[in-house]
Amino acid sequence: MDTLVKTDAFAEAEVNRRLTADEKILLLSQMFRSRRFEQAALKFYQVGGQMGGFLHLYIGQESVAVGTISLCGDDDHIITGYRDHGHALAVGMSMNECMAELFGKATGCSKGKGGSMHFFAPDKNYWGGHGIVAGQTPLGLGLAFGLKYKGVKGCCLCYLGDGAVNQGVYQASLNLASLWNLPVIYIIENNQYSMGTSMERSSAFKTCLAARAESYNIEWDWMSGENIYEIRAKTWTAIQRAHNESRPTVLQIDTYRYYGHSVSDANAKKYRDPEEIEKYRKFHDPLRLWQKRLIEESVLTEEQIAKIDAAAGEEAAAAVRFAEESPLPEKADILSDVYFEVDHQTAAGRTGKHFFNE
Amino acid sequence: MSKITYRKALNDALAEELARDNDVFIIGEEVAQYNGAYKVTEGLWARFGDKRVLDTPITEAAFVGLGVGASMLGLRPVIELMFWSFAYVAYDQIVNNAGCIRYMSGGLIHCPIVIRGPANGGTNVGATHSHTPESILANNPGVKVVCPATAYDAKGLMKTAIRDNDPVFVMENTLLYGESWEVPEEEYLIPLGVADVKREGADVSLVAHGRAVITSLKAAEILAGEHGINAEVVDLRSIRPLDEDAILKSVRKTHRAVLVDENKPFCAVSAQIAMMIQEKAFDDLDAPVMRVCALDAPAIYSPPLEKLQLPTVERIVEKVLSIC
Repeated sequence: MDTLVKTDAFAEAEVNRRLTADEKILLLSQMFRSRRFEQAALKFYQVGGQMGGFLHLYIGQESVAVGTISLCGDDDHIITGYRDHGHALAVGMSMNECMAELFGKATGCSKGKGGSMHFFAPDKNYWGGHGIVAGQTPLGLGLAFGLKYKGVKGCCLCYLGDGAVNQGVYQASLNLASLWNLPVIYIIENNQYSMGTSMERSSAFKTCLAARAESYNIEWDWMSGENIYEIRAKTWTAIQRAHNESRPTVLQIDTYRYYGHSVSDANAKKYRDPEEIEKYRKFHDPLRLWQKRLIEESVLTEEQIAKIDAAAGEEAAAAVRFAEESPLPEKADILSDVYFEVDHQTAAGRTGKHFFNE
Repeated sequence: MSKITYRKALNDALAEELARDNDVFIIGEEVAQYNGAYKVTEGLWARFGDKRVLDTPITEAAFVGLGVGASMLGLRPVIELMFWSFAYVAYDQIVNNAGCIRYMSGGLIHCPIVIRGPANGGTNVGATHSHTPESILANNPGVKVVCPATAYDAKGLMKTAIRDNDPVFVMENTLLYGESWEVPEEEYLIPLGVADVKREGADVSLVAHGRAVITSLKAAEILAGEHGINAEVVDLRSIRPLDEDAILKSVRKTHRAVLVDENKPFCAVSAQIAMMIQEKAFDDLDAPVMRVCALDAPAIYSPPLEKLQLPTVERIVEKVLSIC
């Protein structure tokens, strides 16, 4: 098989050796759930006419969110950009609340106020879901700052795309992360295209995008996204560094998205060769490779895998039904969740005019 | 009651809130070891230490965003912008992240930050450092904007802003930092969204915020002494939430309004208020609502000319005489 995975050395890393069979199966089912959820969403985006706006699919990149988030403990926090469905499911958000959000329903995770790019679950340490490219990078810094300020041994995994690395606020965040010794891990999910512009056409770099961290005296690493063992081994090193030394890390995880930048990417099939996509699907797909690995390790049989896949598909179909049957927000809901003090009817929420409707 | 400067009043407010709540911290450029570019944070680093008062590099987008992120975990950052004009460097963090996160998360997250600093022209620093962004920022539902005109208001509003659970932007004025007013020794708070009638009058309402209140008070003296016109001066104090009732009450009494505003006229705070007065007090008016704003060009450098660009006592008097 023409794959980038050449060695199992990472399987021997301590963090992977201690994985139980059930935990390995969970990684697979998480990836299946992410993919089947998005395929169901895509179907209804295209044919149902019940969703608006953008739909940035994570299909092809699932191993990144699933592999990295599998390492998080109770005091580790997660924040990402607009391609946020995979991370949301990986932290434990339900398909129902996520699908309902896509449908703009009151039962959505953000009550239909955020949409595809703005999923949140603070109770699961998941802080979004942010629409502006790299806008989340200083927020991740602030989460790490908050943990350190409170004396909590934790870290923040802050995801960004390869297209986000050229935003000034990301560079500025790296400077503060290093200067103030903050436990933040920037994870560049390099799917190789910033919308329709390839990495070669958008970024100047030596070695790789993560290597820019060198100039901020930040440790960095670079890995393939098709091997969950490698993702876990290298991310674990970064988490340990954050927890024990309160130092940041920049990780670059090379991956690939099979669909356009978003579903409304008019040129999705023009800026890259269809053969390139097919090659990834066939040889580098993280789901396919993890299945192969688990069969080789005698953790699962093909029949058992088919059942896990089918269960994910059924869960996604049920989520669509839940979303379809859920109520829309009321018109009055447009004006709630704007001000904390108004929503809670505190004294501060009752003085002066907060809204200026006719 | 002793007199203290506007600067000291802010400093006292910050010190009291730092002492009261360990989740409050101050970040910004030169706020700690340098004691503040305008000395508003003087002595706070020495008293509260590195953890509570932090010097940042010149990197507004990063440290404003850091404050927003930290606030999501329950901290209460007070972020100094050396000039509010520098907010434009951090606009995405201020408007998209601080301003929208509560809404976009369906109320799951709130953002109890204060961003503060001077927002005024009149100091001959050119257009880039002389912006008055209260109108632009108050345009965003989700944020609150206050513009204190006196030391008393600066202290009371700052303390309330720090305790508020929504993002509050406190816009100060470098030309007021050295001015003194009476401020009580005992603790007090001033609620956001409550205006203050700084001078009672019966003939015309001068509605203003920030330093324009002081200019209006001077104009009122001349109107009374030289023209027999008794002007009432309504200090908005808070732009959003806005005390519409106080404005309407004054206009219904005087039947005339001149709005004084250091904003540029287009979509200024005064434009919103003029619309509101004509909508809700049309039958009470004996004259059109008039405005005195900054002259509509980027802030000029030339010191004598910049004085003329901002609302002057003379322009206010002239405008009042045109309708009285």
